[in-house]
Amino acid sequence: MSNDKPAHDVRPARLTDEQIAANFADMHPPLTPSEAIIDADRCYFCYDAPCTTACPTGIDIPGFIQKIRSGNLKGSAHTILSENIMGGMCARVCPTEVLCEEACVRNTHEDRPVRIGLLQRYATDAVFRDGTQLFKRAPDTGRTVAIVGGGPAGLSCAHRLAMLGHHAIVHEPKDKLGGLNEYGIAAYKTPDDFAAREVEYILGIGGIELRAGTALGKHISLQELREQYDAVFLGFGLAGVNGLGLEHEQLEGVANAVDYIAELRQAPDKSKLPVGRRVVVIGGGMTAIDIAVQSRALGADEVTMVYRRGQEQMAASRYEQEFAQTRGVTVRYWAKPRKFVVDGARVRGVEFESTRTPGESWSLEADVVFKAIGQKVAWERLASTGEIVELRDGRIAVDPDRKTSLAGVWAGGDCVYGGEDLTVSAVQDGKLAALSIDHYLKGKGLKAGA
Amino acid sequence: MADLTTTFLGIKSPNPFWLASAPPTDKAYNVNRAFEAGWGGVVWKTLGEDPPIVNVNGPRYGAIHSNDRRVIGFNNIELITDRPLATNLAEIRQIKRDWPDRALIVSVMLPMNEQSWAKYVPMIEDTGADGLELNFGCPHGMSERGMGSAVGQVPEYIQQAAAWCKKYARVPVIVKLTPNITNILPAAKAAMDGGADAVSLINTLNSIMRVDYDALTIYPATDGKGSHGGYCGPAVKPIALHMVAEIARHRETASLPISGIGGITDWRDAVDFLALGATTVQVCTAAMVYGFKIIDDLVDGLNTYLDSKGFANVSQLVRKAVPSVTDWQYLNLNHVDKAWIDQDLCIKCGRCYIACEDTSHQAITASMNGTRHFEVIDAECVGCNLCVSVCPVEKCITMRPMTAGVDPRTGRAITREKADWTTHPNNPGRRAT
Repeated sequence: MSNDKPAHDVRPARLTDEQIAANFADMHPPLTPSEAIIDADRCYFCYDAPCTTACPTGIDIPGFIQKIRSGNLKGSAHTILSENIMGGMCARVCPTEVLCEEACVRNTHEDRPVRIGLLQRYATDAVFRDGTQLFKRAPDTGRTVAIVGGGPAGLSCAHRLAMLGHHAIVHEPKDKLGGLNEYGIAAYKTPDDFAAREVEYILGIGGIELRAGTALGKHISLQELREQYDAVFLGFGLAGVNGLGLEHEQLEGVANAVDYIAELRQAPDKSKLPVGRRVVVIGGGMTAIDIAVQSRALGADEVTMVYRRGQEQMAASRYEQEFAQTRGVTVRYWAKPRKFVVDGARVRGVEFESTRTPGESWSLEADVVFKAIGQKVAWERLASTGEIVELRDGRIAVDPDRKTSLAGVWAGGDCVYGGEDLTVSAVQDGKLAALSIDHYLKGKGLKAGA
Repeated sequence: MADLTTTFLGIKSPNPFWLASAPPTDKAYNVNRAFEAGWGGVVWKTLGEDPPIVNVNGPRYGAIHSNDRRVIGFNNIELITDRPLATNLAEIRQIKRDWPDRALIVSVMLPMNEQSWAKYVPMIEDTGADGLELNFGCPHGMSERGMGSAVGQVPEYIQQAAAWCKKYARVPVIVKLTPNITNILPAAKAAMDGGADAVSLINTLNSIMRVDYDALTIYPATDGKGSHGGYCGPAVKPIALHMVAEIARHRETASLPISGIGGITDWRDAVDFLALGATTVQVCTAAMVYGFKIIDDLVDGLNTYLDSKGFANVSQLVRKAVPSVTDWQYLNLNHVDKAWIDQDLCIKCGRCYIACEDTSHQAITASMNGTRHFEVIDAECVGCNLCVSVCPVEKCITMRPMTAGVDPRTGRAITREKADWTTHPNNPGRRAT
């Protein structure tokens, strides 16, 4: 390694405040009214619409677009939010290019889908702007459900339960609700504190109570929840981060991408965040893309994403990969880290080996190395939870109604097996679980006096 | 290149495209610009008695838009010219002098008394204008004063006014007809009987555009009130085509030259009017929406089309489709069409399916072997053309005639023999065969 450069170069304020603000501006600015009407007009109002089938929450997409076309934005937002209460956030973060927009028949016709995500944002923004509450609680049933985790799955479940007249008590270890919407999503995808505004809207229906700073396994056990509540919904996330299993992984200069992404989201002034001059990201999912793009946005000169397999296998969509590339990220495929290059107590680079050509290797200098090779449930922090609920591949096994093996316990979101690790899937899990819980509670009869 | 020169009642114009009597032809400034742009002729905005009428000082126009704000339908409450007669006459005289090769017709609206015609017709003719067009069509404002469509709706008045005009005119006289009637033929016949040399149609239709959704008043409104106006633009073309074809195909009126008007925007619209019996066409709304430049495509498109069909001039196209227009009772009931979906073009939107399923004959599949697949079920298809009409992909669904075999819907053998309602057994008034 060359010695005429500083030992390592990690510092804040690599760019001016204006540059940083521009780099973190809305990734997809909202549509103007004219753009929305013209794009809405491109919707063919398909029968049994493929876009709706492709939406994990089954939003009636042609239906909401027709309402934009007719100027009925409130009705449009209702169509969206009644299937997906986080339709506002999903409009910003859904990989629409592999969901609704991929299914749009316009692709066959002219290779350019209706911009469903942006239209969904247009319709929901109108409601969030003036705070119109579109949902009402049914008469109080007197039933109370414990929700573990205040992320998309938990909040979706709580909201649907509240709509159905039940009470939902949300147990959340962190200060703020929202889960990955608040702590995990890249800042440029959800500027202006939208995650918090959405949470506020969800709570606005009433009947949802927050127990902040309450961690399952630390402050309360699953057994206690089952005894104290009429039903339990587990919607915690993946607090454990996968490791590379390499020596020196704990040294300075190596960090978990999710931790830095959370710090970035919560930072009131991004110019104060230290960022490396040369950043290496190991992984090929959305987290890897988010940390790579945001490192560039903060002013890193060289950001290289290294993924062990090829472009097609990457969990991040082709669109996301190209987005990262246009933001100046270099993506290298078919290589995995062999060892960290260490200088004293600090990692200064990574040596990679080809996963296709045995014996071929190369190395990258790095001021910071981010690990983004996946997360897992941190069962070790959840006391006996993982022992009493049936698991599959380290996650909770659920049936199509999102019921677990334990009577009276449902689960959804990233902690269940078979999910897609998307906000929209978590919302659907929470909704389906709530409907099943409602069915279960009604089977038990209303509580006396309720 | 085909020859677009048109002769209508002996009046020559370099192409069949005239600007209709309307705001674009109200004064020399606009007409000069139109002729510079290449329009073949103009019908000068309607002149009336002096002193001139007045217009409202609020909205005169309203529109129906597509979602991308294309104007589909248009309406107006503007009256005839509000400029002094002398000003108009002087400008007409000058324009005709400056543009001798263009057709210059003057639109006229006068009360139902002979003295008015005797007084004004010679004054107008004296400008050197090529012809007169009698406005018996405007459905708003002037009709309340016994003119415009108030004349055009009563065949006896049409005949009388046409006769008065002809008595004092030496140039050709065209009667402009109103569509605000149930049958255009008596009006056309009355114009003929009054001695008119030709008819032009259609004028605008009575209309109210919409309400103001906040104020819950008619929209547009002047100081909170509005009046019905004349409707035009692309939305009225089919109504106009029907009326033109009726005049062209009926024996008593078939010899009457026609200038076609109603929603013409591009050359294809012109082909419609010409093939159904018009000799020239008049345009207003499209020019008011897009400006005079649209003449480029009108001329160029028509030229290319005539070449592609091997026609040397416009007159070879005129009336070409008239023989294909008939009464329902003469349609061949033995002819069987079935819709056919080109699977290579199908984008699988399913609109044909839901239209047929919800509102017609349940003759299209939604899936086949568990996959999304839209195909016509011949045993149910009545050949109605609904699927063709709603399909967003042009030529994806087509109607195909059955030429042999058995119609799987009716079980009847296909025959080349023609049979229509006039001899059908279900027709109580059938003719013996």
